[in-house]
Amino acid sequence: MKRSRAMEFGVGLFILVGVLGMVFLGLRVSGLSFSGPSNTFQLDAHFSNIGGLKPRARVSMSGVTVGHVESIELDTEWYDARVTLSLDSELEGQISRDATASILTSGLLGEQYVGLSMGGDPDMLEPGDTIRDTQSALVLEELIQQFISNMASN
Amino acid sequence: MTIKQGAVASRITRLGRRGCDLIESLGRAGVFLAQSAVGVPSAEGIRLWIRQLHFVGVLSLAIVLVSGLFIGMVLALQGYTILIDFGAEDALGQMVALSLLRELAPVVAALLFAGRAGSALTAEIGLMKATEQLTSMEMIGVDPLRRVVAPRFWAGVVALPILTVGFSVVGIWGGYLVGVEWLGVFEGSYWSNMQASVGFINDIGNGMIKSVVFAVVVTWIAVFQGYDLMPTSEGISRATTRTVVYSSLAVLGLDFILTAVMFGGL
Repeated sequence: MKRSRAMEFGVGLFILVGVLGMVFLGLRVSGLSFSGPSNTFQLDAHFSNIGGLKPRARVSMSGVTVGHVESIELDTEWYDARVTLSLDSELEGQISRDATASILTSGLLGEQYVGLSMGGDPDMLEPGDTIRDTQSALVLEELIQQFISNMASN
Repeated sequence: MTIKQGAVASRITRLGRRGCDLIESLGRAGVFLAQSAVGVPSAEGIRLWIRQLHFVGVLSLAIVLVSGLFIGMVLALQGYTILIDFGAEDALGQMVALSLLRELAPVVAALLFAGRAGSALTAEIGLMKATEQLTSMEMIGVDPLRRVVAPRFWAGVVALPILTVGFSVVGIWGGYLVGVEWLGVFEGSYWSNMQASVGFINDIGNGMIKSVVFAVVVTWIAVFQGYDLMPTSEGISRATTRTVVYSSLAVLGLDFILTAVMFGGL
């Protein structure tokens, strides 16, 4: 009987180790927070070239993450990329109509993200509106090509 | 001419018989799993399950954790020497965590589990069969599938995911020891890069799904090989070898398929 109690204690400890390990992985490794699914609203932005931007990439303003890229699709009317951004609802009605969205790269070879910067227009964007002022991704090949053709013409 | 035809015909017959045997044993294994694993356990069954969990889980913990520690340390050491060339040693935490959570923890823990617990399960059930304990159970009206196989199967299915979690945690800590304490990677960037790149559902969740699949497959192979073997000493030794070989191959093969589905963008 005594041995069986010790064994059951060991098994209980084993399961506890599993649960604690899962909590550690969740909180410390994946940085999960228990704030729950926060409310978001969506804005569109049209880019002529999105480079390597992917869905779920982060959207930041002054370096602070304020949302993520919801979806990317080709707009067949203008043949450019329509990027739907999903932003924290705290910013709803706070982004001016002449805000700029640009595709930036974190570090030299890092992943690409969308940077928002505010304008000065007193009118604000409503959910579902489109950001007019956008800056496409920097494509290294195009840059090099420009540089070489400039050099050749000089 | 006729002799040659006969030889060819017999060879084809043998091939066909082998194929039929394979399909038959696959079917037997499926029926065996359905009969033993499905059903409501009794209080006695739960007590047996706890005893088996102690055997396959608690007693495997040491080997799994020590392996995890060393694998995490080696990953950090190898990763550091490559990443430092690009000045990207801050990404060490991300590299260690992602390779452990997505691949190494589920696969290596399953391989260790097959060697440590799977082979023992096969030998134990096989010896019960060889000494006709299973037949005697049937004679006194106890279903050996429910009494012997079901607790072992469910213990394996529960134990391996827990072992995998332990493996990941200890591996990431080992990476931290080597990367941060020894090689001098900045501690903040080790953890923050990791948190920025590891998704709970995408990486940890998919790793756990892998681990559950491996647990079912490895334990299933182990208990079935034990139950289905030739009741001789040679049969037991062959079945134990088969358990380790089949489960290792199944784990590695399934890992490729699961990875292709989860991360391959299919």
